[in-house]
Amino acid sequence: MKLAKSIEEIRSDFPILSTKAHGKPLIYLDNGATTQKPLQVISVMEELYRTTNANVHRGVHYLSDRVSERYESARETVRAFINARDREEIIFTAGTTASINAVAFSFGERFVGEGDEILISGMEHHANIVPWQMLCERKKAILKVIPFSDEGVLDLDAYRRLLTERTRIVAITHVSNVLGTVNPVKEIVTEAHQHGIPVLVDGAQGIQHGIVDVQDLDCEFYVFSGHKVYGPNGIGVLYGKADLLNDLPPYQGGGDMVANVTFEKTTYNVLPFKFEAGTTNFTGAIGLAAALDYLSSLGRKAVAEREQALLARATAGLSAIEGLRIYGTALQKVSVISFLPGAIHQYDAGMILDKMGIAVRTGTHCAQPLMERYGISGTIRASIAFYNTEEEIEALVKGVRKVTEMFA
Amino acid sequence: MTINEIQDLIIEEFAQFGDWMERYEYLIDLGRSLPPFDERHKTPEYLIEGCQSKVWLFPTFENGIITFTAESDALITSGIVALLVRVFSGRTPSEIVEANIYFIEKIGLRENLSPTRSNGLLAMMKQMRLYALAYKSKQEHS
Repeated sequence: MKLAKSIEEIRSDFPILSTKAHGKPLIYLDNGATTQKPLQVISVMEELYRTTNANVHRGVHYLSDRVSERYESARETVRAFINARDREEIIFTAGTTASINAVAFSFGERFVGEGDEILISGMEHHANIVPWQMLCERKKAILKVIPFSDEGVLDLDAYRRLLTERTRIVAITHVSNVLGTVNPVKEIVTEAHQHGIPVLVDGAQGIQHGIVDVQDLDCEFYVFSGHKVYGPNGIGVLYGKADLLNDLPPYQGGGDMVANVTFEKTTYNVLPFKFEAGTTNFTGAIGLAAALDYLSSLGRKAVAEREQALLARATAGLSAIEGLRIYGTALQKVSVISFLPGAIHQYDAGMILDKMGIAVRTGTHCAQPLMERYGISGTIRASIAFYNTEEEIEALVKGVRKVTEMFA
Repeated sequence: MTINEIQDLIIEEFAQFGDWMERYEYLIDLGRSLPPFDERHKTPEYLIEGCQSKVWLFPTFENGIITFTAESDALITSGIVALLVRVFSGRTPSEIVEANIYFIEKIGLRENLSPTRSNGLLAMMKQMRLYALAYKSKQEHS
């Protein structure tokens, strides 16, 4: 598969990539934290504020109608992008964290009680740990954790054993933000469904690297953030199967989510509005749709293939450095590569790389239990996007080599 | 030497370096030559936990003088720790409380003390002042 544009054309779509950092050309390899935005997104958002700003769903007037239409059309774009059955199954939220918190609250209120179990994995981001811990504390439920191997592969036998009649929900990351592992989500869902247990998939690191088909995965919930998929920040998605969403109480009360309000009794609006209290981030939603359109126009498969090629190059280059260890060597991986060069502290390495213009992330990556699993205090993480180049990967490898010399 | 004289001296030392690489290599050397931190003091009480790196800081107060020993798990952070110890250790509480620290910025390491970096250094500086304040009030009330 070939990308619809040349890499030069693609890079010129992302003005920020021509930034100089400390006088050097910026090499942005922190895409797992946030991705850069193409002009196609930036200009849509600017145009919205210039020409089409009004509150959605509230007016009879011209502008409100126009922006409401575009907001709903953004919902349709998201639906098509993840192949959800129905538009009403797409709830706009503030991001992955907000989506998970919403499910933990609403699902928890409805289905979780004392002694029940919530099953997550050992490679979760804090955003898919803490909301469940809070739920467990509220309901006196128990949090169970699926272990994983040194390579960063989930132990599916252990998973099967951990599914009990008390398990109320499985919440699992699609892709590990540290290890890059792509979890066998479909298999996990099938297994859970055999016990009648619903599954939430944290797609924060999955949505941008390939094709996500929620009907094929058959998960009950799939959540992700706009800013990690080349869209604006402050917008995210909660996909949920309509039947289940209809069955859950709302997690926030306010305007737009209601049908009738009296001081005695309020009835709630239908999906998706039941879960969208208050003025939503409609500019963000429309910007996100522009980002998804941009990815689709490049060719999602081609994007994934390019990233795999860059990952292979980075893995080969870094592996050749003596004493360097890569954390996460699963066969199914996205273009996220965590490593430590010998005994060199990740923060030391990150500071030197920064001075070379190379942006990587260092630290625990909001996954402290995972670090504990490996007995380390953090890693250096290079997360690669399709707009990165072979030369940038070479520069990273050369930079890490230089770091190992400086600290030798 | 006063605190400011030491700061000026450090600024002078750093002025001889041509580029950032030499500055950082010097910091790495400083980090390496930091006297080893007493393992017995590596307890939560003396730990300043940053998100990126950790710093241990141990104070002693004798004859009106505060002595600090400190160390970080990251080498460059340790190098900056060494500079801070050089400026603040062996001082009276009043000197520390009244000190105006300007050398960090002058030697181009300001980003390392930014609150967003969370490497333990800013918290370490605050902690040194807190110790000084505590010793000062102890002095005044004894």
